[in-house]
Amino acid sequence: MSASWPLWEVFVRGKRGLNHVHVGSLHAPDAEMAVRNARDVYTRRNEGVSVWVVPAEAITASSPDEKDPFFAPSGDKVYRHPTFYAISEDVPHL
Amino acid sequence: MNVYDGLTAGDSGDAHWAFGTGFTEPLAGIDRDVPSGVDRADLTAYALMLGDDALVASQLLAAWTSRAPELEEDVALANIALDLLGQARLLLTRAGEVEGRGRDEDALAHLRAEHEFRNVHLAEIDCGPSRMGPSAPGRDFAATTARLLVFSSWKLALFARLRDSADPVLAAVAAKAVKELTYHRDHAARWTVRLGDGTDESHRRMRAGIERVWPFVDELFTAHPVETRLAAAGVAVDPAELRSEVDGVLDEVFAAAGLERPAPVPVATVAGRAGRDGVHTEAMGFLLAEMQHLHRSLPGAVW
Repeated sequence: MSASWPLWEVFVRGKRGLNHVHVGSLHAPDAEMAVRNARDVYTRRNEGVSVWVVPAEAITASSPDEKDPFFAPSGDKVYRHPTFYAISEDVPHL
Repeated sequence: MNVYDGLTAGDSGDAHWAFGTGFTEPLAGIDRDVPSGVDRADLTAYALMLGDDALVASQLLAAWTSRAPELEEDVALANIALDLLGQARLLLTRAGEVEGRGRDEDALAHLRAEHEFRNVHLAEIDCGPSRMGPSAPGRDFAATTARLLVFSSWKLALFARLRDSADPVLAAVAAKAVKELTYHRDHAARWTVRLGDGTDESHRRMRAGIERVWPFVDELFTAHPVETRLAAAGVAVDPAELRSEVDGVLDEVFAAAGLERPAPVPVATVAGRAGRDGVHTEAMGFLLAEMQHLHRSLPGAVW
């Protein structure tokens, strides 16, 4: 049976989380059951208040071969970081 | 007032944990005194009935771990089994403290004999997985689904009313259990529809599963004298009151699944006695042997 069940990627938003975070993947025959399986497999320890599932095949990923041209150029651009500003203490999650 | 306050509202100083904080103690602050005018022996027996239902159902569901059709379903059934085990622990603890003979949840679960268990037969019958060899209709995942559908539909109707019990502990356990049972029923109902409305083979097995459990349905709605007395005292729920609601739920699921409700089967009793009286089916002895042997062989063993 598993051979015919597609793979789904699971994203969970925690109680304090501001965004959904990728937590893993699972198999399910359709989206409805994928959400339920995600609840059972990935929110057993009080982790979440919201779950997203996405068909794994719908994800387009960057290629490991392109790692250097993609990401290395940002390694030495210190001026892109907002470290030259004073940050208000009242603003969380920056 | 800072506009960002809402983002951190509810933080309890454990913000360094990304997930999994804020666990609650389900019975915190609940008055554990026995309400005046309530018979202690009856309340003990009633807590045992409900606790044994949950304990035995949990034990059999746990047998599916590593045997379910999919890994995800393994985890789902284990979650449900653990929910039921949690209910059993609270109820057996209540039975022990009201009884007042110093028996805790472990003593009640592991050191009672078969005739002292008060669970309904539906909880104890063998619905698979088979111990050896391939699964057979009536002893497979579909039969387990059928049992879970009937059991959780009945239990949910019962516990929804029990939230108003005059016993504050039973009321608190019921309030916690209702949320869990709602998910159990939903899980079983979805699988019933998938299997019933699936292939010829899945339909055949789902029908066989329902026929497997149907002879044990009438017992669920038959009141034991303890239940009748405690219902009059506002502590218990008279199970006869639940029939039409549960039938309505099951009919709705069966209709969506393309299945028919089987004809009623009279309760199989021994001289009018069944699970609530401590009279059990042949499956119970095997179940208890497996469940109790560790504690009886190594008393007080812990992880």
